[in-house]
Amino acid sequence: MTKKEKKGKKKKLSGLEKWQSERIDITQKKFRIGDYLAEKVIKGVAYLSIAIVFLIFVFVFRESFPIFNTTKPTTESKAIVKQDSQETYGAVTDNASTTQTQETYGAVSDSTEKTNVQETYGAVTDQSATIEQNALVGDSAKAINSSSDTYTVSAGSGSDDNRSALKSMATKEWVPVSANPRYGLLALILGTIKITFISLLFAAPLSILAALYVSVFANKRMKEIIKPTIELLAGFPSVVIGFFALMVLATFLQSVFHYETRLNSFVGGIAMGIAAIPIIFTITEDALTAVPKSFYEASLALGASKWQTAFFVILPAATPGIFAAILLGIGRVFGETMIALMATGNAAQMDLNPFASVRTLAATIGAEMAEVVFGDTHYNVLFLIGSLLFIFTFVINAVAEFYVKGKLMKRIQGK
Amino acid sequence: MINNFRKNFKGAAIEGVTLFSALLIIAIVFVMFIVIFIGGKSQLSWEFLTSFPTEGMTKGGIFPAIYGTALLVIIMSIAAVPFGTITAIYLTEYAKENSIIAKTIRFAVRTLAVIPSIIYGLFGLGFFIKFVGTHVDNALYGGTLHWGQPNLLWASLTMALLTLPVVIVSVEEALKTVPQELRAASLALGATKWQTIYKVVLPGSVSGIMTGTILAVSRGAGEVAPILFTGAAYYLATLPGLGDQFMVLGYHIYVLTTQSANVDQTLPIQFGTTCVLLMLTFVLNMSAVILRYRIRKKKNN
Repeated sequence: MTKKEKKGKKKKLSGLEKWQSERIDITQKKFRIGDYLAEKVIKGVAYLSIAIVFLIFVFVFRESFPIFNTTKPTTESKAIVKQDSQETYGAVTDNASTTQTQETYGAVSDSTEKTNVQETYGAVTDQSATIEQNALVGDSAKAINSSSDTYTVSAGSGSDDNRSALKSMATKEWVPVSANPRYGLLALILGTIKITFISLLFAAPLSILAALYVSVFANKRMKEIIKPTIELLAGFPSVVIGFFALMVLATFLQSVFHYETRLNSFVGGIAMGIAAIPIIFTITEDALTAVPKSFYEASLALGASKWQTAFFVILPAATPGIFAAILLGIGRVFGETMIALMATGNAAQMDLNPFASVRTLAATIGAEMAEVVFGDTHYNVLFLIGSLLFIFTFVINAVAEFYVKGKLMKRIQGK
Repeated sequence: MINNFRKNFKGAAIEGVTLFSALLIIAIVFVMFIVIFIGGKSQLSWEFLTSFPTEGMTKGGIFPAIYGTALLVIIMSIAAVPFGTITAIYLTEYAKENSIIAKTIRFAVRTLAVIPSIIYGLFGLGFFIKFVGTHVDNALYGGTLHWGQPNLLWASLTMALLTLPVVIVSVEEALKTVPQELRAASLALGATKWQTIYKVVLPGSVSGIMTGTILAVSRGAGEVAPILFTGAAYYLATLPGLGDQFMVLGYHIYVLTTQSANVDQTLPIQFGTTCVLLMLTFVLNMSAVILRYRIRKKKNN
């Protein structure tokens, strides 16, 4: 259309032609500035969502970047670091301490609460879950709170610190706040994988079977009860599920299985499984209903029973979709923060025992980001963990989107 | 005959297993709901909802948390709903279904939906507070800290990004239910594309936009991870403004259960707060579910 308009404008018209073209204009589209602007604005806003994904990665990675700066810290970054180290986020400043910060974000203004927060760094809520690691973290937290000097030193000392931090990442000790901070990610990664495994073991079979029931066996009335209920579960805030796990589920499971620590990866895994059920269920159900009706009818016509059709015809046809569902479930559990913070015990330890406390990557960010100094190595490491989480979920989503969908379409269309 | 019976029995058993899984999930939902409701029922009173916490959070109400949550979701909706609606309009009305750009936008939206909420928190800290806030401070306030710190505005905007995919998906679904004939008729009567969208398509999908808003609000009210370090506060004696930190229901639950020493003492308040939050999200989700079913029905008709 726009080309035609341009042509129309270029031509110089005689009187009659002008009259004719005006007549034609009534039926033809005129160039309207309002329409043009609206389209451009809408386009621009839509493109922004691509930009946001990009920005998220850039800015999360940007904050973690100084950790790779192992050669020479430039004076500029040093200045920034020094300036930033004046701010302590969410830190609790004891009046007696030497901290000179004016801004204490998320700080407790009520004096009676101060001591409490100070002692529950790394958040272990359960009295029975007194594991050595927690005591260690708690102690070091106290040490930092009482003397902010160590922070300034570590923040200023740049490259050496970064080098040792990078080196220590491949170890298994996560002791970020001490005179000799170690940022071993292995225990955190193992904890995250362990908890993901447990939650999937719980959620995946349950939701896939339920989806199979809804799409194959259930009558219309059952469908109308089950689907909205699971949609409601998707709307449960994760902090509510975490609260339920912490207060009710942990006690219940302990009385059934008689393990030692009340909050552990088993409880956390089950709770995260509950959070992942709606995702796995919905996507699986979509994949199962996308299987053409003719598959079902052909199978029944060949003499197969209903359950044989369900398990040997429909389920295999929808495998890529189910795979995608499980992948997205993994993504959900991997990044789940509140449940991990509340129900897993939060002790970074290398232990394959499902009844031992764990600390996940996301929970580490959630628990410690509020207490670190801006620009500190610890701060950078937390952002690095964030970047890792981002890359991981991005890849998972990309795989689920492109690889799986292509396969599913091929299989259903019978190519 | 025996073989047949066995086959039937096996079939019934297998069907039973799938039914059991479905019922187990429903049971989990109901148990959670009932346990929290019973635990919090005794706390629910007008006073609990409208008074400030007292005696070091062990008594009193949760009014500031409710107020903070309301402000958060309102500012979040103001940012997220127009943005999401416009993106959905582009995807359904302007972009060609299989063009690369539309595919990229859809992929971006899905990516936004699966990025862990804690990453949004980090982004809010790194982008809004450290980047935008600091630059605004340098430009307007000569470097004194004003916007370069966690506050309600940054937390709301962070939350808006998180809820954006929810809005986009619901609005898109609703836009698709507007019959193609209506668009064609409008265009045939001489309306331009924008006029058609503005006067025909959008009014036809108001319920979809509402569903999206409700779902986004319910999501935003419940999420805690993104606001952990972009503005949520443990206790405030005053009600917050745009540039202040604020209390939120979800963060209140988290703090009371994990950060306070006398967990047992605050247990009724914890249950009460959780109950309020759950009720809030439940009512919101319920209305969204009903609205959505009505939209789907309309589509099928």
